[in-house]
Amino acid sequence: MELLYAITLGVLTSCGVYLMLRARTFPVVLGLTLLSYAVNLFLFAMGRLATGMPAILGEAREYADPLPQALVLTAIVIGFAMTAYVLVLALRAQGELESDHVDGKGDH
Amino acid sequence: MNHLPVLPVLIPMFVGALLLLMARSSMTLKRSLSLLATLVQVPLALVLMSQADAGTIVYALGNWEPPFGIVLVVDRLAALMLGIAAVLASGVIIYAARGDDGLGRNFHAIFQFQLMGITGAFLTGDLFNLFVFFEILLIASYALLLHGAGSARVRAGLHYVVLNLFGSALFLIAAGTLYGITGTLNMADMALRVATLDPADAPVAGAAGMLLLIVFGLKSAIFPLYFWLPKAYAAATAPVAALFAIMTKVGLYSILRVYTLIFGAEAGELANLASAWIWPVALVTIALGAIGALAAASLNGLISYLIVVSVGTLLAGIALGTQEALTASLYYLIHTTWVSGALFLLAGIISRLRGPRFGSRLIPGPQMEHAKLVSALFFIAAISVIGMPPFSGFLGKAMLLAAAGTGLKAALLYPALLVGSLVVLVAMSRAGTTLFWRHDAAPAIAEPLDRLRLVAALLLLVGSPGLVLFANPVLTYLDATAAQLLAPATYIEQVMSVVPVASGVQP
Repeated sequence: MELLYAITLGVLTSCGVYLMLRARTFPVVLGLTLLSYAVNLFLFAMGRLATGMPAILGEAREYADPLPQALVLTAIVIGFAMTAYVLVLALRAQGELESDHVDGKGDH
Repeated sequence: MNHLPVLPVLIPMFVGALLLLMARSSMTLKRSLSLLATLVQVPLALVLMSQADAGTIVYALGNWEPPFGIVLVVDRLAALMLGIAAVLASGVIIYAARGDDGLGRNFHAIFQFQLMGITGAFLTGDLFNLFVFFEILLIASYALLLHGAGSARVRAGLHYVVLNLFGSALFLIAAGTLYGITGTLNMADMALRVATLDPADAPVAGAAGMLLLIVFGLKSAIFPLYFWLPKAYAAATAPVAALFAIMTKVGLYSILRVYTLIFGAEAGELANLASAWIWPVALVTIALGAIGALAAASLNGLISYLIVVSVGTLLAGIALGTQEALTASLYYLIHTTWVSGALFLLAGIISRLRGPRFGSRLIPGPQMEHAKLVSALFFIAAISVIGMPPFSGFLGKAMLLAAAGTGLKAALLYPALLVGSLVVLVAMSRAGTTLFWRHDAAPAIAEPLDRLRLVAALLLLVGSPGLVLFANPVLTYLDATAAQLLAPATYIEQVMSVVPVASGVQP
C-alpha cells in the first residue's frame, strides 16, 4: 500500500508542478488544485497508513493518530477557499487585462 | 491566570468580524472602531514587553497542557515584534483613515484580519498554528493588495497569490514531515525530539527543515525568491504597501525562531542547519536589491527594492549568529520596518501632490505644493534608510559591521553592506533630485496636502531619531532578547513545564 500511495503522491505532485508552470491561468489553477490534493494526502499519510483502526481511544486496542486527520481538514478548508479566490482573481484578470496569460500579456 | 497574551489576536479578530457585519454602516463608525482597535495594540504590546522582560509568559489555549494543545509564548522577541507591528499599524491606519480606506467597502475589516494574522504568527508556539496564522495574514494580504483595483494590481496580485499558495503547500509538506518524524507540532517539544533524533531519521528532518527555509524565504523575499515583491509592493496603495513592510519581517521572525529553537546549536546532528545557506544568500540579496533600487522607475519600486536590501542585511546578521550580531539585527529590524513604512506613506503623499499623471514615477513633474516640508521629511527618511549618521540606520549598520569581527565573514560583509549603502545613496539622491528639483512646465492637477497624512508618516519617521536617542534602554532589551534566543533550553523548559489550571479554581 505504501508504494501505491507514494506513486500516487508523486504523480499528483509532478502533474501539479507541470501545470503550475504553464502560461495560462486555468492550467495554473488546476496545477495548484492537484498540488493541494497531493499535500493533503501526504499530511494524512504522516499519521502512518493502516486500515481498520478507529481514530478514537478505547474503541479498539490499536488506534489511528487523529491529529493528521485534523490537520488535513484544516488544510482542505484553507485550500478550497484559496482555489475559489484564485479562480475569481483569474477571471478578474482576464476581464481587466483582456488576456488569460499569467503575466497579462496579449495573445500573439 | 494572565489573559493578556491572547488579546493581541482576539481584539482584531472580533473587531474584524464586527466590521464585516457593519459593512453597510457609516464609514465614520467603521473608521473609529478600527482606529481604536489598532491604537490599543500599542499599549498592549508595551505591557507585554515589560512582562516578557520579567519572564517568558506561556499561555495554554483552551487550558490544554503542552505539548498536546496550542500554546502562545510571549518571550522578549515575540513581544518586541508585537510592538513593532503595533506602531507600524497605527501609523498606517491613521493614514488610511484619510480617504484611502474608502476605495473598497471592507478595508478596515480586512486590515484587522491582517493584523490578527501578524500578531498570531509572532505569538504562537506551535508549528501548524504558525501555518494557520500565515494563511490568515496571507489571505488578508491578497485582498488588501487588490484594494483599489486597477490592472497593475490584478497582475501583481495573481503572481503573489499563486506563489504564496505554492509556498503554503511546501509549508504543509514540511510541517507534515516534521510531525511524522517527531510526533509533535509544539515547537519546544519538537526541539527536544530533534535533538535526540535517530540518525536514520535526521536527513528527512533536515530536508523538512530546509523546506521551511524556502517557505520563510519566500515570505521574507530573500534571493532567489524575492522577484514577486517589487511588483506587488509597488502596485499596492500607499497604506497597504506600508503595512506590508512588516510582512517580510514575519518571514524573518520565523527564520529566527525556527533556526534558533528547533534547528539551533543544540539540535544534535541537525545543529545550525540553515546558517551555511543563509550567509551567501544574504549577501546576494543585498547586492541584487541595491541593483534593483538603482534601476527602479518609480519611487514605490525603489522603496520595494530597499526592503529587499534590508532583508539581506537582517539575514546577514542572523547568519552571523552571535549575540552581538543578533542584537544589531533586531535593532536594524525595528528601524527598517518603521522607516520603510514611513517612506511608503511619503511616496503616497508625494504622488498625490504630483497628481495622477506623474504619480510616484521618477520623472520631472509639476512644482509641488509644500515641496520644502515634504522634501525635508523625504531627506530624513532617505538619510536614515541609507545608513548615514545621525539616524538609526547608521547605528544599526555600524553595530552589525562591528559584530562581524575581523575574519573572512567581515571581509565579505563590509564590501557588501557598504557598497550596497553607496548604491542606495545614489538611487535615493537621484530619486530626490528628480522629484523635488526638476520640473517640467506641466500645470499641476493635484490634491492639496493633507496634514494628517503627513502626521501619520511623521509618526513612523520619528522612530528613527527616537531609536538613537533611546538607544541605551532599547539595546539593553535587545541584548537580553538575543541572549534569550541563543539559550533555547530555557524557552523549552518554560513551555514544557506549564500545568493546566485545575478545574473549579477561578482563574
